[in-house]
Amino acid sequence: MTLAAFQQAFAAAVLHEVPAASANSALADLVDQPGFAVYRNTVMKGCTDALAANYPAVARLVGAEWFRAAARVFVRSQPPRRPSLIAYGAEFPKFLERFEPAAELRYLADVARLDRAWTEAHIAADDPRLAAAAVAELPAEKLANVVLIPHAAARWGWFADAPIFSIWHANRAEPAAQPTTPLWRGEGALITRPHSQVEAVVLGLGDSAFLDACAAGQAVVQAGLDAVAAAPNCDLPSMLQRLLRAGAFTRFDAVDRNRSTEDNTEAT
Amino acid sequence: MTETYSRAARSACSATPAHAGLGLHPQHYADALHAEATGIWFEVHAENYMVAGGPRLSWLHTIRERHPLSLHGVGLSLAADTDPDADHLQALRSLVDRFEPLLVSEHLAWSFFDGTYLPDLLPIPRTSAALTRVAANIARTQDVLRRTILIENPSHYLQFPDHAFDEIEFLTELSRRTGCGLLLDVNNVWVSANNLGFDSDAYIDAFPGDRVEEIHLAGHTLDPIHGKNLLIDSHDAPIDEQVWRLYQRLIDRIGPRPTLIERDDNLPGFDALLREWTRAEQVLGTIENPTPVARRT
Repeated sequence: MTLAAFQQAFAAAVLHEVPAASANSALADLVDQPGFAVYRNTVMKGCTDALAANYPAVARLVGAEWFRAAARVFVRSQPPRRPSLIAYGAEFPKFLERFEPAAELRYLADVARLDRAWTEAHIAADDPRLAAAAVAELPAEKLANVVLIPHAAARWGWFADAPIFSIWHANRAEPAAQPTTPLWRGEGALITRPHSQVEAVVLGLGDSAFLDACAAGQAVVQAGLDAVAAAPNCDLPSMLQRLLRAGAFTRFDAVDRNRSTEDNTEAT
Repeated sequence: MTETYSRAARSACSATPAHAGLGLHPQHYADALHAEATGIWFEVHAENYMVAGGPRLSWLHTIRERHPLSLHGVGLSLAADTDPDADHLQALRSLVDRFEPLLVSEHLAWSFFDGTYLPDLLPIPRTSAALTRVAANIARTQDVLRRTILIENPSHYLQFPDHAFDEIEFLTELSRRTGCGLLLDVNNVWVSANNLGFDSDAYIDAFPGDRVEEIHLAGHTLDPIHGKNLLIDSHDAPIDEQVWRLYQRLIDRIGPRPTLIERDDNLPGFDALLREWTRAEQVLGTIENPTPVARRT
């Protein structure tokens, strides 16, 4: 057997607990030994520990035992595809959405999405933050026609069915916060890293629509129209201030892509 | 971003005699930064810093400005029957360029094959074909990094019926062919000797001392089912007395080498790790008495 064939069979036996009887003959002798379980256990522990580290709010909501059981099912179906665990589990929210035992916890997948957003924000590139002052200096007609570029660490979303930000935030607190019952309504969230640490703020539907438009390359005027269309009562100037303060953007570009604005970022 | 480290931070890298270092985890960043123990250095898993930006990298830069650093890889999978992953190798190169580590090491093991990563140090049958493949992978890595690396003996749990080389022969030949140094993990020797039934003293005595550029010391645990018949290289406990004994035996024979206290799980306070660090320094002969090392105030 070539080394490659050995490694293919060995990996399958570690991950899927192929019993010795059904492993190929060269491998069966190894799978039969008590020591083979050490590799199985270490691999599974490494993957489930990494998932627990990357989804702490989910783990706290469902408890360690439930989480481990779900994580084991996930690991077998979607083992790490890169030789690093730091960002392992991008598909875990989608997995939870379809995971039968989680069917009654309808908010769980969206809480997982915010855990994922936190991980991505944590390891994103060190973009400078667009300072509110740089935007304030722009004449109104110029501001309307620039494109605000989201910060590399910025992740956001609107969750119509449940107060996902409140649930997530309470379950990330260290030490654990006293349980409170959030007002049951839709909530959005922005998670970003304007300076050295990841920060999270609650968003309205209009904020989220505004950020979506910015990410799609729309000018401020169009993003504002999208925000008002989504949330007719939203106050655009205060919304923009709030998003700038939260560190949602890294710079602005002129709509004419040939004339990008360079000196509009705050030193970090 | 290119960092240039101070003369002090650079010269500590090549300081003689060899000093002991500590495995570094985020929980101990602040303690590590302020550690004033003479000669102390820190080792991190390279994969934990393969990120675009953020607080991990900035912390490591801060530590690196004060102390020598060692990068220990766990994901390069040098014993896989395939070329090293190009992206992973490039990410490692970036870290090496940024942090100018004292040492860069990996394992005689595999973990990434056919697009799936199994986070462990998996074994191979030590054949001539495997020797050719692993030597080529080490050479490729050293070419990309533009420096030599160290290769570590992993812990063993399985009896292979078809090894053509014993582990020391295999490692020595890899070193001879590629110029790589060797990292001798004394705990792995103790664990493997126990699990496979060979003589740990004989292994330590036969290991080529002139190739050893780093030593690892770590704790192990008993398998919950098989007890002392199956030791697990868990890095979650203090270093065993038998491992300290083997370490003393090794240093008595080959002389001092940079020695890492490697703790990755069930982390104790920084002071507890410093006590093991102090003991290693005593074995290395750099300090005579267990005088308290300077602590953060």
